[in-house]
Amino acid sequence: MNWLSDDAIERLREAGSEPELAGTPYRMLERLGRGGMGTVYLVEDSRLNRRVAMKVLEVADSSGDLEQRLLREARVLAQLEHPGIVPVHDVGTLPDGRIFYAMKFVQGRRLDEIARDSASLPERLRLFQKICEPIAIAHSLGVLHRDLKPENIMVGPFGEVLVMDWGIAKVLASSAESSPINNEVSAIAAALTGIPLKTPPITAQGTVVGTPGYMAPEQARGEIAQLDQRADIFSLGAILKFLLSARDGGVSAANHSTRRLSAIIAKATAPAPSSRYDSVQDFTGDIAAYLDGLPVKAYPETLLERTARLISRNRVAIVLVLAYLLARVLLILWRPH
Amino acid sequence: MFGDGTIGGGDGRFPETRWSAVSAARSDDPAERRRALDLLISAYWKPVYKYIRLHWNKPSDEAQDLTQEFFTRLIEKDFLDRFDPARARLRTYLRVCVDGVVANESKAAGRLKRGGDALHLSLDFSAAEIELTRVAPALRQIASPGSIEDWFEKEWIRSLFTLGVECLREECERKGKQIHFRLFEIYDLDDAPGGRRSYEDLAREFGIAATDVTNYLAFARREFRRIVLAELRKICATEDEFRREARSVLGLDPRDND
Repeated sequence: MNWLSDDAIERLREAGSEPELAGTPYRMLERLGRGGMGTVYLVEDSRLNRRVAMKVLEVADSSGDLEQRLLREARVLAQLEHPGIVPVHDVGTLPDGRIFYAMKFVQGRRLDEIARDSASLPERLRLFQKICEPIAIAHSLGVLHRDLKPENIMVGPFGEVLVMDWGIAKVLASSAESSPINNEVSAIAAALTGIPLKTPPITAQGTVVGTPGYMAPEQARGEIAQLDQRADIFSLGAILKFLLSARDGGVSAANHSTRRLSAIIAKATAPAPSSRYDSVQDFTGDIAAYLDGLPVKAYPETLLERTARLISRNRVAIVLVLAYLLARVLLILWRPH
Repeated sequence: MFGDGTIGGGDGRFPETRWSAVSAARSDDPAERRRALDLLISAYWKPVYKYIRLHWNKPSDEAQDLTQEFFTRLIEKDFLDRFDPARARLRTYLRVCVDGVVANESKAAGRLKRGGDALHLSLDFSAAEIELTRVAPALRQIASPGSIEDWFEKEWIRSLFTLGVECLREECERKGKQIHFRLFEIYDLDDAPGGRRSYEDLAREFGIAATDVTNYLAFARREFRRIVLAELRKICATEDEFRREARSVLGLDPRDND
């Protein structure tokens, strides 16, 4: 018998945990990596002859909580129709008993991998605005992501943005009863998997879910019941800070322009939810205002700063007017008497 | 000794048998005891020998004697009677027992030479010596007791997988599925210098379709997993220990009905 190297053992461990696809329309292509609650594989859907990403639950804990979460992620994603949210194609149980869902195979790079690429400040801010769009849609449907971080954001080759890993998403209580997420799709998912779903899935008060550094303080304290869209806004603020600091080493307060940007980040990541933006739209509104040279809500300007900003924003017009006035003065002075 | 008749069984991911070598090794039935101990020895003798050689820094002949001594005690029910699965995993318990055997032998003024009636196991120590040359550098980096436990676990998994692969090879040959095993060997076992070959490349070499490569590999992996889990269950004392070991070894968590 040949010697099994450490690498061979690792390959065998991976092969041993590979999902059983016999009898399904899927054909294994390769293992893509480990996600929030399971492993993601690249598989081919032989029915449609297309490649899809299949997320398979690796750990079936005795309480079934993780299983419920994976199914819930599939349900949440199925309802969030937006180009920035990965569409779910299929959900079910594999022959080996493991739960899976198949989704669009996203080709691109993670935000944390591309953040150091050279891009101008306006380009990075516009990229950030794209990240905010699907989150705003989710919030409008009463869904919080709760684990927003650069590793969960994919950027495609044409600059398209996809927000991934909705595994610990929360359906807000106020919209839970009326939300289609908790009604229509739960029946479909339960029928497909044969597993009745808890509605809504519960994360117990005091349980901490999220990622340190990107998690709002109230989330880190496990105040699950108190969480609202402002927890995601905190995470988006932390992402904006990461996006701006990854290349330039941080947003300094050296001049008026960067002070305004720093104020936007500070407002988004304020420790108290009441001090943050009320909505993602408010947040992106300030970003848009910053890009257009307009006043931002996060930063009350002094008269001098406002004047300076107006001059800066209308520099061309002001120069033209001054040039015109100067020409008139010279014309008057030099006109032959 | 290992994996007898487990290939191609039921459709479940985990074996249905609940037979435990640890319980059987305490049985009054000599045949049952012998079967159980054969299984435990096959899974553990190499990790134990390597551990004595490297961790205790014993020369080969002394390590061989100590390995024989350890398994003789195991056979004589010295150790397994005292094993409490609620307190430790079997492999952790056995490693601690090895420490006890070696320490006691070292304390005595010279090792006790086992008498002529002592049991002598036929173990291929020369093969273990060859393997040692490959694992020795990794052990030199071990500093903490926790790392030693990890190292022992890795060697134990290597032993388990090696036996599993051998069993899979025999079963594939018996069932005329040599290509299945050969693909598994090339794709999952061999350390090719340029990395893994593509399915298309393998399909060309074997004169089959790329989809066949996928299916054959899936079969071999499925059977390998079944063999390993079946044997793992046998060498675990309890269902709970089996679940924990399955998670450690293959990253799988058995369900209640598995």
